[in-house]
Amino acid sequence: MKILTGNDLRSGAVTWWNGTGWSLFVDDAVDVGDEAKEILAREEAARRVNVPYVIEATIDAGGHVRPAHIKDRVRALGPTVRRDLAVPTAAKTGWDWVI
Amino acid sequence: MVDARVEEFRDQARRRLEGKLTEDQFKPLRLMNGLYLQLHAYMLRVAIPYGTLNAHQMEALADIAEKYDRGYGHFTTRQNIQYNWIKLEDAADILADLSKVEMHAIQTSGNCIRNISADHFAGAAADEVVDPRPYAELMRQWSSFHPEFTYLPRKFKIAVIGSETDRAAMRLHDIGIRIVKRDGEVGAQFFAGGGMGRTPMIAPMIRDFVPLDQLIIYAEACLRVYNRYGRRDNKYKARIKILVHELGAAEYTRQVEDEFAHMLSVGIEPPREELARIAAHFAPPAFVDGPKTLDRSDPDFALWVDRNTHRHQHDAYVSAVISLKPAGGIPGDATADQMRLMARLAKQYSFDELRVMHTQNVLLPHVRIADLHAVWSALDEAGLGSPNMDTIEDIIACPGLDYCSLANARSIPLAQRISERFAASGRTAELGELKLKISGCINACGHHHAGHIGILGVDKKGTENFQLSLGGSEAEDVSLAKITGPGFDEDGVVAAVEKVTDVYLGAREDGERFLDTYRRIGMEPFKEALYGR
Amino acid sequence: MADNLGTSPDEVQFRFRDDDPVDHGTVTVDSALEQTNANAVRIEPGDDARLLLPFLDRLALVEVNFPAFGDGRGYSAARILREAGYAGELRAVGDVLIDQLSHMRRCGFDSFAPDKRLDEDDAARAFATWENVYQRAADARVIIADKRHEA
Repeated sequence: MKILTGNDLRSGAVTWWNGTGWSLFVDDAVDVGDEAKEILAREEAARRVNVPYVIEATIDAGGHVRPAHIKDRVRALGPTVRRDLAVPTAAKTGWDWVI
Repeated sequence: MVDARVEEFRDQARRRLEGKLTEDQFKPLRLMNGLYLQLHAYMLRVAIPYGTLNAHQMEALADIAEKYDRGYGHFTTRQNIQYNWIKLEDAADILADLSKVEMHAIQTSGNCIRNISADHFAGAAADEVVDPRPYAELMRQWSSFHPEFTYLPRKFKIAVIGSETDRAAMRLHDIGIRIVKRDGEVGAQFFAGGGMGRTPMIAPMIRDFVPLDQLIIYAEACLRVYNRYGRRDNKYKARIKILVHELGAAEYTRQVEDEFAHMLSVGIEPPREELARIAAHFAPPAFVDGPKTLDRSDPDFALWVDRNTHRHQHDAYVSAVISLKPAGGIPGDATADQMRLMARLAKQYSFDELRVMHTQNVLLPHVRIADLHAVWSALDEAGLGSPNMDTIEDIIACPGLDYCSLANARSIPLAQRISERFAASGRTAELGELKLKISGCINACGHHHAGHIGILGVDKKGTENFQLSLGGSEAEDVSLAKITGPGFDEDGVVAAVEKVTDVYLGAREDGERFLDTYRRIGMEPFKEALYGR
Repeated sequence: MADNLGTSPDEVQFRFRDDDPVDHGTVTVDSALEQTNANAVRIEPGDDARLLLPFLDRLALVEVNFPAFGDGRGYSAARILREAGYAGELRAVGDVLIDQLSHMRRCGFDSFAPDKRLDEDDAARAFATWENVYQRAADARVIIADKRHEA
């Protein structure tokens, strides 16, 4: 599936397109199909997200949205070396999920 | 000046948030104020000119960590500090707070002249010929908001040293300067075209002696030739090292000398009195005589003294290294409370002065030998007393894929595993001086090309993989490390590091360091141990 | 590249000169070297400004093109011309944004024709940005060091 991710312009936080807005949680990400370009352009122009891009993802065995690239999994969870600073979803997926 | 810049940035950020500036337009502007967009948030890189700061400034850094970030900061391989969890809407306020203590984040990013780095033992080291800091400061002023050199082909890094020993990796900078004395006259030896990154190069010498009152003009000439002729067609070929390499050092030098001759007639050098004023600011503190020996009956203290102190110009003093590398810890990170402790110790024991090292540690430049035990006790209690300077536990690691959007692999977990492994096995002391450096990508911010042992994280079909290299040095015996062969996964590279240290221990002669043994026996014995050929 | 693609006076948004602007377009550096009567030249980033040094006396207008604001070669071109004594109009054209104005001024530019007209208030603020400067440059501003050591 194709999902959209970016950073919040104001706070810099990692966000994921949930179909109507931008969520802090990767599990809220929705499949945008062919509409990526259109959504990205609109949302960035409206400054509801900063530097967004489209990535590949799958639903893993645990039912979580799993970005295809390790970099985006690190973005989804937080720095693996500071688990105390993790995004709340980390508790659901477990840290081995990043690798 | 800094306040003007803060207000300029506040205005730029406002225009960005209002949509008057697109990200493409805003990005170079925020980069010029050290504000990056990284994996998890904005990252702010604060400049610590030639690594020098006082207690008040360190306390301000601690306050910023607490107020705007998540309670910690990271000291970098260019003597700066980075905060990883910054909000754009707070950035101007942070810059204003920094301005109050005469600090800033100017030119810590972007295609401009970056922080001038210098020997972290400047003004203290026993082997120093001339204190490089006044010249670093002169260059800092010259390079700040320079109207001609704000849009260079690429970033530009300058290092200044004042001794034969190179403790600032000077030859691996875009311009490296060694301040020297020839027949009683002080001048500058210029090197240009060094760098690490994708294509590491050692800077050739381009001028053996520039008289002091022409130092700035000569630097200006070097920069102008680069600004005019550095490549702008390819981001990865845009550093000055490529220009020097493609022209050849002789031709680059010729162009610089021509421009220099022209500029001498134009007259841009600051007045001599300014240099004198700056130098006076760096006059040595009022050292006091005292004991030159200490009580070594506590073996932990004795070990720390042997490893973490450095000979001083005054025989009643030493420089003391504060280790930010506890075994299993994150190299270079310090909490707000640890920063405050460092500040207190500096005020009490080191003439209110601290230095950030490019090895991601901090040091107190002037500590009385009589006070060493008190300093060590305080450090030890705060987890800052690891006696591991320049050992295999004193790992340099970039933030890597845990933080950095450029990275291919995580470098910090690797550093943690390696330092833990060697601390647990008790082999650190046996191995002696061993500089291990880890970069999470080819940009080489961990300086792996200059590691006795270097590790580079790469992307192998979406998984993390690590290349091992041996024999690099950032000191005056500068050399670039060579790759051993095929890469390893994380478990594999940890085991590989152990194997190469075994080879060293088995082969070393007469007080050789790892680097010396490698240089004597070559790569083959290490290759055999690693790949069984 | 064809000649006469320079900017016209009404595309100039800011001008710090009292004399009248040149009323015709510029020629390329190559053309200027051939045409002995050309008095208005346009410098591209890859041009060597020093080629004009023998003819500075007859030049009334030099445009320096910034096709992309991140290409900083034009700043060196400007300073080289001013260092050589060029006293005519030095115009920055192209991708000129608010945030480059003060640096350009200090490099000797005295007129500006940005591709996109700039906000007048923002520009006024930008031109007034620096109360104090560190380096000597083409604008002959007294540097901080000299202010400190004024006798």
